[in-house]
Order: sequence, then C-alpha cells, then structure tokens
Amino acid sequence: MTVSTASELAAPASVASAPAIVRPVPIDSRAAQRHTLSVLVENKPGVLARVASLFSRRSFNIDSLAVGETEHPDISRITIVVNCEHRPLEQVTKQLNKLVNVIKIVQLDPHASVQRQLLLVKVRVEGAARSQVLEAVGLFRAKVVDVAPDALTIEATGDGHKLAALCRLLEPFDICELVQSGVVAISRGSRPIRLFP
Amino acid sequence: MTATDTLLESRRTTGAACLVASLEAVGVEAVFGIPGGAILPVYDPLFDANLRHILVRHEQGAGHAATGYAQATGKVGVCMATSGPGATNLVTPIADAHMDSVPMVAITGQTPTSLIGTDAFQEADICGITMPITKHNFLVQSAEDIPRTVAEAFHLASSGRPGPVLIDLPKDVLQSSTTFAWPPSLDLPGYHPIVVPNGKQIAQAAQLLSQASRPVLYVGGGVLKARAVTQLRQLAELTGAPVVTTLMARGAFPDSHPQHLGMPGMHGTVSAVSALQRADLIVALGTRFDDRVTGKLDSFAPNATVVHADIDPAEISKNRRADVPIVGDAQQVIIALLAALADQPDSSGAASVARLEGWWRQLNKLRETYPLGWEPHTDGTMAPQYVISRLGAIAGPDTIYTAGVGQHQMWASQFIRYEKPYTWLNSGGLGTMGYAVPAAMGAKLGCPEATVWAIDGDGCFQMTNQELATCAIENIPIKVAIINNGNLGMVRQWQTLFYDKRYSNTDLGTVNRIPDFVKLAEALGCVGLRCEAESEVDATIDKAMHINDQPVVVDFVVGKDALVWPMVAPGTGNDEIMAARGVRPEFDEDEF
Repeated sequence: MTVSTASELAAPASVASAPAIVRPVPIDSRAAQRHTLSVLVENKPGVLARVASLFSRRSFNIDSLAVGETEHPDISRITIVVNCEHRPLEQVTKQLNKLVNVIKIVQLDPHASVQRQLLLVKVRVEGAARSQVLEAVGLFRAKVVDVAPDALTIEATGDGHKLAALCRLLEPFDICELVQSGVVAISRGSRPIRLFP
Repeated sequence: MTATDTLLESRRTTGAACLVASLEAVGVEAVFGIPGGAILPVYDPLFDANLRHILVRHEQGAGHAATGYAQATGKVGVCMATSGPGATNLVTPIADAHMDSVPMVAITGQTPTSLIGTDAFQEADICGITMPITKHNFLVQSAEDIPRTVAEAFHLASSGRPGPVLIDLPKDVLQSSTTFAWPPSLDLPGYHPIVVPNGKQIAQAAQLLSQASRPVLYVGGGVLKARAVTQLRQLAELTGAPVVTTLMARGAFPDSHPQHLGMPGMHGTVSAVSALQRADLIVALGTRFDDRVTGKLDSFAPNATVVHADIDPAEISKNRRADVPIVGDAQQVIIALLAALADQPDSSGAASVARLEGWWRQLNKLRETYPLGWEPHTDGTMAPQYVISRLGAIAGPDTIYTAGVGQHQMWASQFIRYEKPYTWLNSGGLGTMGYAVPAAMGAKLGCPEATVWAIDGDGCFQMTNQELATCAIENIPIKVAIINNGNLGMVRQWQTLFYDKRYSNTDLGTVNRIPDFVKLAEALGCVGLRCEAESEVDATIDKAMHINDQPVVVDFVVGKDALVWPMVAPGTGNDEIMAARGVRPEFDEDEF
C-alpha cells in the first residue's frame, strides 16, 4: 500500500512543492516477488479487519488492497497484492483460508489476468506548460476531470507500469497531490471464479 | 392463564432466555463465570436453567476452568463474563486455549448497541481484542441470531482444529424479545475442515514407513484431540517404530510401553531428542514442530524425510518443510495408514524387526546411559523431583494431573508416569502461569470420580489461588501440591545458567512463610498441610489422598537450586543437548 504519513498530509501548501512528498512509488517496482490474491469473503462487518490484521500479525506485507461487493451482494472480493516469496505466500494463503469468513482464495497470474488501478493526480500548471501536460494525458488515454485556472486534475487507469510511466512524465511539472487505489484484478477468458467447489 | 404464566411466557422470549435455551440445547452442563451489568439479563434465566453455573472469583479462573473441563472431558468448555474488564480478564485463558487448540466458547456481555463506540462505561472492543486469539468470534446484532450463533460457535470450537470461539452479546440484544427456534441451520460457507486424508499421500507415507530404518513417530496433542490413542498404539506396535510424545501429548501413549522414548524438546529425554535428530523418517501426527521441540530449526533432524499429518493445513510446512503433507484428522490418518501398511509386507513382523534392530540398539543404549533423574540434595532440602515422582507413584495413573508453568511443570511431565490419555493437562503453547488451580477445578467438575492433583509452583499458585474458595464453596475437592522453592524457579534456572547467577527479581520470599500457604489454604476453606522432609513425603501425600470432602493444599517446601535436566539451551540446536550440568551426551556417530 502506498501510504502517506500524517505529517505529510499536514504539510503546509508552501512546502508541498518539494518533490519528495509526491513522488509516486510504482507498485510494480518489485515485480519479481509480487503476487495478486483474489479473496472472496462474506460481506459482513469486520471481515476486512480480520484479513488486514492477519497480515500484520503474521508479518506479511501488503502492497495494495482493494475491496468491494461482487455480483453476489453477500460476497465481497478483496484483491490483495502481497510482496513475498513462494513459501510465505503458501503460508499466508493457508492462514487466510483459516478465517471462517473467507470463502475462496485464487491467485491470479499476471499474464492471465487483467489488473488495474486508478490514479488521481493534481498538477499545478499554467500557461504554455499546460499543453504539454494535456499531451501526456492524451498519450496515456487519461482524462482531465477537473480544471482550475492554475491546476489540472487528471484521472488515469491502468496497470502499475503504465501509471508509473505517466507519473514519470508528469514529474517535471508541479505534482501537488497524488492518490492511487489498490489493484483490482480479474482473470482473462470466459471462466469466472466459481464461488463454491 | 394466570398472570405469572404470562410473565414466564414473555421472559422466555428474550434474547437472554434464548441464549440459555440454546446452551441447554447444545448440551452444556457447566458454565464458569461472573455476572456484571451487561451480561446481567442472562443471569436471570440462568437461575432456573438446567445447567450448572460455577461462580468463580476472577474471570481468568473461569477461562482456565473451562479449558481444564474441556481437556479432561473432550467436551466444549464454557465461560461467561460481563463487558469491559470482565471480558478482558478472559483474554489470557482465551489465548491459552487458542495456542493449545482447546474447544472453548466464551460468552461476554457488551454495552448496548446504541453505546458501542462511545467509550461507554465498561465498554471494551472484545471482538477486536480477541480476533488474533480466537478461532472465530461473533458480535451478535439481533436477538433472532442467537440460537444460530450459539450452534455455529459450538460447531467451530469443537470441529476441525478445535479452538476458542467468543460470542459478544450487547445488553439490548439480550433484553429484546424474540422467539426461540431449535435446531437452527448453520451458515458457515467458508468453513470446511478436511477430516479424511488423501489416499495417495497416505500410500506414500506407508511406503516410507515400510522402508525406513530409523523411523520415529512424533506424536502431538492432535492425537488426543482426535481421540486416536488406540489407533496410535496399533500403528506403533505394527511398525515397531519408536514413539515420542510432546508436552501436549503426554498420556497419548503409555509411558510404560517399551517403544516410548518420552518427551522430545528443550527438556525432553536424551533418547527422544536424539531419536528425532538422527531419524531417517519422522512421521509427525497432530503436532506442529514447535520451537521448543525443534530447537534451532536449521539443525533439527537434518537427515529425516518428514511425513506431516495435521488437521490444520497451515501447520504443514510452516516451520519444517514436509516431504509428504497429509491434511486430516489424526484418527482418520492413522486408520488409513494402518490399512495402507497392510499392503506393505515389509512394514511389520520379522522384516521390520530386522530393519529396526540397529536403530533400537542405539536408542536403548541412549536410554540406559542417559535416563531421567536428579541428584539428591546435600544441603538437607527436599528435591522437588522426588516429591513429584512420589506423588505420581502414590496417586497413580488414574489421577488427573494439572500443572502451572515452569520447573514444576517440566518435572511433572518427566517424573509422573502417564499411562492413560487426558490425565495430563497443562498450558503448553502460551505457558500461562496460574493455569493449574482453575484448570484442576474444571477437570474435577467434568470428572467428579477422578482424583485431581494440581501440581503448582509457589509463583504460579499466587496468581490464581483465589479459585480455591470457589472449589470449597461449590464442593469441588481438588488437591494442590505447591512445589515451593520460594522462587520463580525456571527464570532463576536461566539466571543460573545464562545470567551469571545474578538473581534479579526471582526470589519470592515464600520460604519465609509470606504467604503462609497452610494458613492461606485454611482461609480459603481448604485443608492445609505442610511437608519439609523427604521422609514425610509419602505420609503427607497419603493424608491428602484420604481427604475427599474438601480441597487440600500441601505446601512442599523444597530446595531452590534444583535444575531441570536435560536441557537444550535456547537458540541452540538439539545436538547440543545437555543431559545434566556439564554432561554432554556422547554420540557414537558411526553407529548412527
């Protein structure tokens, strides 16, 4: 998970232009050890807390987490990107399976699945530079979702590589705020994840 | 219909009455607990219920009593407390039951739903607090969910890998009106414990067993939980393989059996530890390669192929990689193994005797050279090991023994001969000081015909002895042997060995009679006895054995310098086991 600390959030606008604050961390940077898990859970209060706290108490790192309802309103799907080697991954999957509210876990192969995250970025830009930013937006099939006299807010979706590339392109401009969602992922082809064996 | 009938009728349809009716319906015989504000609605219908409530003195006592009851009887233990401090006092016994896979249901009151999250009086987020230490927990939102939740909780606690389940009940849910319907249908779409093992893996395990020349059956508490003691004995006798039983499995295989090498691990026998180290095949049954058994993991059993059978898939290859992983109930696994071994002619009889002959020669030599024992004290104090071994000899194999945690626990595991299952109850995983007295109370309540001895240290005893008042008042006549060395003995042992004899904060001063355990026992409604000389040990135990209408406490004043041996020092490998102080077993490597 890309997390800002409280002190960063509280930083006054005058120092917000310091590049260190908004430099995005591409989630894909440690791709060799990244695994995407689709965890189908009962849609009940507290289930996300059970899943998240299991990761921390077993010392596993979550790179990204996204949760939402599925085609069955009783079932939620948590997409978790974890960063670990094969054996810890087996252990985390087994521990997750022990949670009573977890119904099914599927590991999604990055080559056989579509993985997307959402990026919203606010760029402080005026005058001639504006067209350069708009060009980048067009190249990445991103969208401008808000316009102010001195700033543009851009929405982009894609995999981690694409979003990281967009961010690199925008970096020379004044990125003053950046927010990313966790990864959501779905397998390619016609076969859905079957809920029950 | 009279006015009273109407009142009764309406009372039976509250959430609280529903809870009590559900507990009766799942067959609960005993509940250990303490009432308080939020749980109070339950105590009203409980007053007339067809089950026994034991009013304890501290919620921790309720929790350990439920555990002791469950471990002795195999049934689910039940404890009950109010919200806030009542619930948080249950945290230690819940964590204890979680580590030792004990079936337990903890029921707690909670502040009314409208006040949850407002830091209300006696509010604690007990579901959040116990999330990592329960198999599952429930915050009940509506009275009509109570019967299903109770049924699910008991099913979860007792099936698969057993464990504690907590049900948190807001006061308004308990007070609201509802109807009681039984049996409810369970709604646990994500819970499917695997009980029956995979045949292919069983066949592989059987083949390995029929070929191994240095096999060991490494038996854990799962064999007791699965009630697979008879099958284990068949497997051991069929294959002729040596057996080691972990701290949680003492009693799963008779100590008198010639194939039993005793307990492995940090304070295990030299022969049991060495058997695992030098095995070419370890068949692990219902056990989890705990660090106290393996020592330094890298150097544990370096040449062994590992067959690991456990009902919890997450235990397999967690610590030591399993070559043959088997997920299943230990009883089902052993039954399947026995059937598969029947197809392997070399697995039993003359062929196996011949194959294991060298192995047994080496193990027997270790057994003879390094038996368990202790050095008599020269300063006139009693040896604690002597007291405990006499207690075991006099009380016998039908007695249920519970222990606290520390030196006395290790000696109780080493010097009492366990012949029968469910006669040794202790806190293995969490290592909870104070477990012995309340656990003995629970065991005695569940098995009233059995003699129950709590073997406790003077440190442990001072943590939970208040439950002796409960035992005296509720007529639960347990017996307590305080192995009183005036110190936190095991911590002192580590200070002796690893901290240059700097005895920082381990002297409890109890040898100066603060407290006077005999007077304390009497104040709590028990008979208090004291024994300070080895010549009086037998007579004192005999006297205690004959008091059966009251709890008895015996203060055995022992020397403080006794150490638990053998020992694998923490952080070292099992090959570095010390049989006694300065005695490093010699292994003739050519023979292994």
